[in-house]
Amino acid sequence: MPFVPHTPEETQEMLACIGVDSLDNLFACIPAGMRPKHFNLPDGLSEYESCSRLEDMAGRNKHPSISFMGGGFYDHSIPKAVDALSGRGEFLTAYTPYQAEAAQGTLQAIFEYQTVVTRLMGMDVANASVYDAGSALFEAAMMAARATGRTRFVLDEGVNPLYRSMLNTLTANLSMKILTIKRDKTGLPDLNALNGAIDGQTAAVMVQNPTFFGNVLDYTDLFQQAKTVGALSVLCVYPVMQAVLKTPGEMRADIAVADGQSVGQPLNFGGPYLGMMACSKALIRQLPGRIAGRTVDLEGKTGYVLTLQAREQHIRRAKATSNICSNQALCALRSLIHISLLGPEGLIKTAERSLELSRYAEAKLCALPGVTRLNNAPFGNELALRLPGPAKDFYASLAREGIIAGTLPGHWYEGEENTLLVACTEKNTESQIDRFAAALKMRIKP
Amino acid sequence: MKTIFAQSSSGRKGVIPAKPERTAEDMLPKYLLRRTPPRMPQVSELDVVRHFTALSRKNYNIDNNFYPLGSCTMKYNPKFMEYAASLPGFALMHPLLAQQPGGESMTQGSLEVIHETERLLAEVTGMAAFSLQPMAGAQGELTGALLIAAYHKHKGNKKSKIICPDSAHGTNPATAALAGYEVINIASKDGVLDPQILGNALDDSVAALMMTCPNTLGLFEKHLPELVEKLRASDALLYYDGANFNAIMGRMRVGDVGFDVVHLNLHKTMGTPHGGGGPGSGPVGVSERLVPFLPGPCVYKKTDGSFALQDNLPLSIGRVTPFYGHFGVFIKALAYMLRLGGHGLARASDFAVLNANYMRKRLERVLEIPYNEICMHEFVASASAYETHGVKALDIAKALLERGYHAPTVYFPLIIKECLMFEPTETENKATLDKFCDDLIEILEQAEKNPENLRAAPVNLPVRRLDETKAAREMVLVDEV
Repeated sequence: MPFVPHTPEETQEMLACIGVDSLDNLFACIPAGMRPKHFNLPDGLSEYESCSRLEDMAGRNKHPSISFMGGGFYDHSIPKAVDALSGRGEFLTAYTPYQAEAAQGTLQAIFEYQTVVTRLMGMDVANASVYDAGSALFEAAMMAARATGRTRFVLDEGVNPLYRSMLNTLTANLSMKILTIKRDKTGLPDLNALNGAIDGQTAAVMVQNPTFFGNVLDYTDLFQQAKTVGALSVLCVYPVMQAVLKTPGEMRADIAVADGQSVGQPLNFGGPYLGMMACSKALIRQLPGRIAGRTVDLEGKTGYVLTLQAREQHIRRAKATSNICSNQALCALRSLIHISLLGPEGLIKTAERSLELSRYAEAKLCALPGVTRLNNAPFGNELALRLPGPAKDFYASLAREGIIAGTLPGHWYEGEENTLLVACTEKNTESQIDRFAAALKMRIKP
Repeated sequence: MKTIFAQSSSGRKGVIPAKPERTAEDMLPKYLLRRTPPRMPQVSELDVVRHFTALSRKNYNIDNNFYPLGSCTMKYNPKFMEYAASLPGFALMHPLLAQQPGGESMTQGSLEVIHETERLLAEVTGMAAFSLQPMAGAQGELTGALLIAAYHKHKGNKKSKIICPDSAHGTNPATAALAGYEVINIASKDGVLDPQILGNALDDSVAALMMTCPNTLGLFEKHLPELVEKLRASDALLYYDGANFNAIMGRMRVGDVGFDVVHLNLHKTMGTPHGGGGPGSGPVGVSERLVPFLPGPCVYKKTDGSFALQDNLPLSIGRVTPFYGHFGVFIKALAYMLRLGGHGLARASDFAVLNANYMRKRLERVLEIPYNEICMHEFVASASAYETHGVKALDIAKALLERGYHAPTVYFPLIIKECLMFEPTETENKATLDKFCDDLIEILEQAEKNPENLRAAPVNLPVRRLDETKAAREMVLVDEV
């Protein structure tokens, strides 16, 4: 039997030691009426057969030859050393580092990860990760509610609709009021409306940079306005672009969140990714999840422990800051290794190449008849285009040719039926963009 | 050991993935850019490889060490599962593609993985349907609590409380509170839940009881049928925390015996690795009456045998994850279930219970076992007898670390003094269990003869005991280098 090492003799010896005569009798405590009605699972397979089954399934996926898909989740290149190091059994098969002496590797890595996140975001402190950016946004809202004693939130429509949808689900049973501020006609955040919506009852204003439509903004004034009425500011960012963009710290945000997918995690059809969370030092005791801290041992040697645990569920139970237990430790390690390998130059060049290609795409695509940008505001590596007709028709037609044109915001935003988001990363090329532009041109009626 | 930041040398290059011709200043107005480059390590690829290899050696892990860590199910993580999850056909797939025009046909393999995993989990547990969306056990609990809330709301019930036993994992009360419920704690009696005590706590305002079965003492909740009956009578739902599911596969299906919601921890029961604390995967299964409330989008099989996404679910609680959950984790669970089959899963539970009981018998002479009866996959012992020698459960844990074992869970459940909780799992052989018990017996002899040795342990690990008070007071949470 796979993964059960007992010989029949050992099993008998062990049963004899326990004083029962069969494995069945170990389960005598389960009343007869509670036995399974059926247990119709397939027969077990050999390792080779199980792998073949999964290889067959993997083969039924068809990968596009060219893709400009993003929507908050980007196909950046990952150095092979990330897989090699994070795949080591010493990291992979370790438990949560509660026994610090036996987990210094994981603990120091978390400490270094926290450092990387704070430096990327320009914030004071970070936790050891939550599940994803949507969870991080939810936890940020909970932090703001606790810190301010208020329950009203001002949420910009430029925040990824998937995260906003999670926020709605996760707060459904709580007395929170989320006011979503509609984008302006060109897809940009309506800063006047956001400003006007913040008042003395607002717990936090929540915005994203770049927005879901790809625009890059400076929210310093908005956050200042929030501060004057005692509300917190929450900014959701994109780690790769953060290498060059003004940081949440420079904009004076109180809490910064991000999805760490783009730094070291394969797309993996939706996860695992990781929610990065950082905040100002003043909010540290409201931060959920694990946090590693540096200390010394009995002999004065430097070491690391999980600290401030009185915030957490295993200590505080119903009064904890969050119910989170498992986090994304291995993904956080992958992000740390990825960022360490690239260094400041690798990170900046990745961001700049992605920006450069998206500008090339802008030039090529906007030269086509009827194709325009949604707005002329600064943008990152994702470009919002208005097409001369329903975007989904162009999209489906291009997909048949193996070209995934990007992401269709019309799925979430009313009135954006003709809009297409085109994302570029350093893995794309000018010739891919040329092919895409040529294929799109053929589909535009003169 | 130096941090990666302390090894940085200005100008040293690592991996540069791209050669842009333009700079950010060229492409964006200056007021939108950060003032200084991020202060990340400037190290070579070899520096990084050496650093993280050295760090990895400072970890205990299943590949190197026995981990009898109660409630955590630290079983062997089969290597072939890593291969399955790394297949490029799966790993490179963009999750949004399935939701875009023409995308469903391009993602049939991934959708099949989701459908097949849900189908197998439903059969293992006897639930009507599953959602793989929850990204960890605690998120599975929260999803479950939200499903319970949605059910009651739909029926027009006014319910404001969730009951948790005193033996529950901390996540249960934390989850109930996070879902907006008042938490009612109830005591257990003789190590299990008592129908009378539950009855006293039950009224019309109770939405659900969250329970773990076997419970955190490793005992099967023998009054389960009566508990179910009482809950049904007041239209309260029954939640099954699957943390201990490794005990009962093939012996009981939670759906058959009246549970309405269950979450499983695939990183426990289905052998996916813990990764130093995550990522996990906490799928949720529900009984027929809760199916309409499951998170969306759902994957379903069309009559032509192909797979599709359904997001038009009017009663759904919505989404709890951006896409479909931790695909890269639950695909390993699927690989595990395919490999073991029904027979193999049932045998896993049988031998998990055998190993726990064998260890319990071998240790009963040296440790007090408050409920010394046939246990399920884990058991709880108390080290309070050693307190007269000034030795605490924590000291025993540290002495075990010194001998190369990961410590058992200590100080949980909270209802047992100086608690040590052992869960050996089915993948350990008799020789490992014997050696561990021999060593623990020797440690406990030392506790009487040379208690200071235990209090000083560990001596030979990368660090000795760490000053947690200093860590909490000084809050050095980032490197200043």
